[in-house]
Amino acid sequence: MIVQPVLVTAAALFSLGIYGILVRRNAVMVLLSIELILNAVNINFIIFDSMLADSLMQGQIFTIFIITIAAAEVGIGLAIVLMLFRNRQTANINEFDLMKW
Amino acid sequence: MEIYEVVTYFTLLLLLFSAARVVTTSNVIHAAISLVFTLALTATLFLLLSTQFVALVLVLVYIGAVIVLFLFGVMITRAPLGKNAELDNDKNKLIGATISGAIFLLFSYILINGFDGEIVITSGSSTELLGEILLSRFVFPFEIVSFVLLAALIGGITLARKDEALVDEDQI
Amino acid sequence: MVKFDANFLAETELVYTDGGILAEFSWSLVVLPFVAALFITFIGKYLPYKGAEIALGTIALIFIYSVSLMFIHITEGVASEFFVNVGSIGQFDIEFGWVVDGLSIMMYFVVGTVALLVFIYATNYMEGEIRYTFFFTSLTLFAGSMLVLVSSPTLIQILIGWELVGVCSYLLIGHYWEKKDNSSAAMKAFITNKIADIGLMIGIIILALNTGTLRISEILYQSTHDYEKLSKVAFAAAILLFIGAMGKSAQFPLHVWLPDAMAGPTPVSALMHAATMVTAGVYLLARMFPFYKSMAPEALDIVMLFGVITLLGAGLIAIVQDDLKKVLAYSTVSQLGYMVAAIGSGAYTAALFHLWTHAFFKALLFLGAGSVIHAVHSNSMLEMGGLRKVMPKTFTTFIIGTVALAGLPPFAGFFSKDEILASFNHEGETTFFFIAVLGAFITAFYMTRAVSLTFLGEYRGHGHPHESHNMMTTPLLTLAVFAIASGWVNIPGVYTGFTDWVTTRKTKIVEYHPESFDLFALSSGLIAGLLGIGLGYYLYQLQGSAETGDDKIKIQPVWTVLENKYYLDHFYFRFIIDPIKINISKAVDKFNTNVIDRFINGVGQIASLLGGVVYNNLDQNGIDRFLNMSSSGTDSFGGRVKLLQTGRTQQYLMLFLGGVVTISLLILFII
Repeated sequence: MIVQPVLVTAAALFSLGIYGILVRRNAVMVLLSIELILNAVNINFIIFDSMLADSLMQGQIFTIFIITIAAAEVGIGLAIVLMLFRNRQTANINEFDLMKW
Repeated sequence: MEIYEVVTYFTLLLLLFSAARVVTTSNVIHAAISLVFTLALTATLFLLLSTQFVALVLVLVYIGAVIVLFLFGVMITRAPLGKNAELDNDKNKLIGATISGAIFLLFSYILINGFDGEIVITSGSSTELLGEILLSRFVFPFEIVSFVLLAALIGGITLARKDEALVDEDQI
Repeated sequence: MVKFDANFLAETELVYTDGGILAEFSWSLVVLPFVAALFITFIGKYLPYKGAEIALGTIALIFIYSVSLMFIHITEGVASEFFVNVGSIGQFDIEFGWVVDGLSIMMYFVVGTVALLVFIYATNYMEGEIRYTFFFTSLTLFAGSMLVLVSSPTLIQILIGWELVGVCSYLLIGHYWEKKDNSSAAMKAFITNKIADIGLMIGIIILALNTGTLRISEILYQSTHDYEKLSKVAFAAAILLFIGAMGKSAQFPLHVWLPDAMAGPTPVSALMHAATMVTAGVYLLARMFPFYKSMAPEALDIVMLFGVITLLGAGLIAIVQDDLKKVLAYSTVSQLGYMVAAIGSGAYTAALFHLWTHAFFKALLFLGAGSVIHAVHSNSMLEMGGLRKVMPKTFTTFIIGTVALAGLPPFAGFFSKDEILASFNHEGETTFFFIAVLGAFITAFYMTRAVSLTFLGEYRGHGHPHESHNMMTTPLLTLAVFAIASGWVNIPGVYTGFTDWVTTRKTKIVEYHPESFDLFALSSGLIAGLLGIGLGYYLYQLQGSAETGDDKIKIQPVWTVLENKYYLDHFYFRFIIDPIKINISKAVDKFNTNVIDRFINGVGQIASLLGGVVYNNLDQNGIDRFLNMSSSGTDSFGGRVKLLQTGRTQQYLMLFLGGVVTISLLILFII
């Protein structure tokens, strides 16, 4: 099986994730889009691992690590969103402009 | 064209479709559910590539834990459930589409040119080997990641815990 | 860094050692006073005795150290040098160091002993005086500077010590600078010394350039072994060094500062005229003695001539002085004349022996005078008299000092003066011999006069004088012992230890030293001394001068000439200072006003005009406009750019990703 369709699909997933980050207003939705990006990376790792037939299976191991890190990231990210929501009564990231000039 | 490839392409197509739904739907719950589908299809893809263990981890961790977390997040932040036109930032739509399209084209160009003719030969299950490698050669990073997870757990609790002072203010 | 220099070990027949650890650590002698001075300056005021205890402790340490050095020197003989290289100028290594040999140890001992006693005396004498702490700082520095000088193995360190001594003497003489007389006296001392220092400096430069080294021992080695290098310049260098010595050791005609230096507090006078400062010149001549002896014997004749002139001239002035301290001051000048003349006649040991004994009895006399002045609150002998009854201790010790100075046996001055006279006789300098004998007569006479006017007869002053505090009389008694006994270390034919002490040096000293008493010289000196005392006693006691304070021997016009100090100060003012002040200063002023000032004013005006043009055109219209524009440009640009800073993460990310895409496209398709 040729690898290009899978890789292009992963790139599409990545681009969709970027689009989501840029367009979505809701902080939770932005986090969802980040998951999409991470997923695209996972797919790439797995396809390269299969393609190279690495004896150490580093692609799979990295994928596991990424999944773990992503879980941690989601946990922290949601906690931050929760804090923001509790303080500002909104999850709209356009409202969070404390760093404005 | 073998049945295997047909299944794979079909999976990829579905994957793209559900991912697009994640970022385009105006319903928060639908987005989350679409992410579930996306992840499930990714797991299917992994199974097709005979990386069963990773596929299982993906299902367990993502679908089982992360998505639940997201749903909690959605509900706690009182994001408007149901159809909501306000979900997108309309001003950014055009620029966002342009940038992400450009990135997609760039990546596709590089990947298609770079991996022309490369093929994947799927072998049998490799879970046992993966477990051995993970707990021998990569045991140190593995432990570190578990520490990171612990730190994230504690950090999440600390951040999300209801502040007593704030609670008092709310009650007043 | 520190090394023992064993260059000319084989030079002298005398047996000596390198002094061991005691000599190696002699640098502490030099460093201690400076550290102490620092401490006195900063914490002295807060101590119970206002810093005097630090000064006393330091000087006591130095005394103990010098006594131990003296002890090992007497038992085994020490001669060593130590060098510390601190850098180089051209071909010359600038080295500091310390020399531990007979001459230095003798000086350490003299400085240590006299300074210790003077310090003890000063704690009481200066009590309640203005700037008490500062006084002790300067006094400690003064002793330290003298130690720098006498411990010096290089000419450069000699020069540094020389100048330090000059500065400290300036501070001390001008201690009561609120009175104009005192500050002028300090200035006079400083400037006179400075004039002499120029001689020293040029002499050092000549010596260094022609020998290629600044080490004294090497210069002396070359002067006895390498005739070509030095022979051309030896005479000039010798004379120039002597000019330097003239200033510090107050030789005619540069002696004028010393009597005026009496303006300082009495302990300063005692220290300055006995152990430090004035002995520096004699020390320098003694240190360079082998050079003079072998390379410039003609210069020694000149040295002797000046010495003899000084001893007679100063002695005569001492007769007419009414100020007790000034009598002693001129006496010091006269005795320094003896020392310098002795060096000039080639009698190295005799000169140093006189320096040694003189240090003790002159310190005694000065401290005694200080005690008297402290009691009667006046310097003038006309307001004293009859003090023997109220100040018995001071009187007794003063008499001992007087007799020692007059040269009666068995007091210290007898032996040293006799040795000088004997060497004059040996050298066949008959004229100088008789002048020196005459000087001894004059010395005895003026000292008898001073004693008569001060202690004998009836009290003519006001108030009720009383004996001084024990802190002041104890040093007097100690010094009295020295004044009696210090001469016994060098009795020809009996014990000549002192000769061995001071000739124990790296360089062999070739000199005349009497093996037995020269009976002719001895009897002449003794008779002269007795005659002087007799005449003085006759005139001032039997004729009753002491009762009225009148001088019966006012022989005109000699008296007037002497009272005016040979008009030497007048001469200086008339022909050197006033011309400079009136003519040259006026000329310089005129030149300044008419030429330099006009030029400078012109330059200033042109600059101002030019500045105006530049300001109006270039500055206002060019630079300032540019600067204003750039600042307003920055302001408006910033005003617009700051809008980018929206605080919205998505916009930032958008810009960032746009940049990433652009750069990627550039890399992929263009580059």
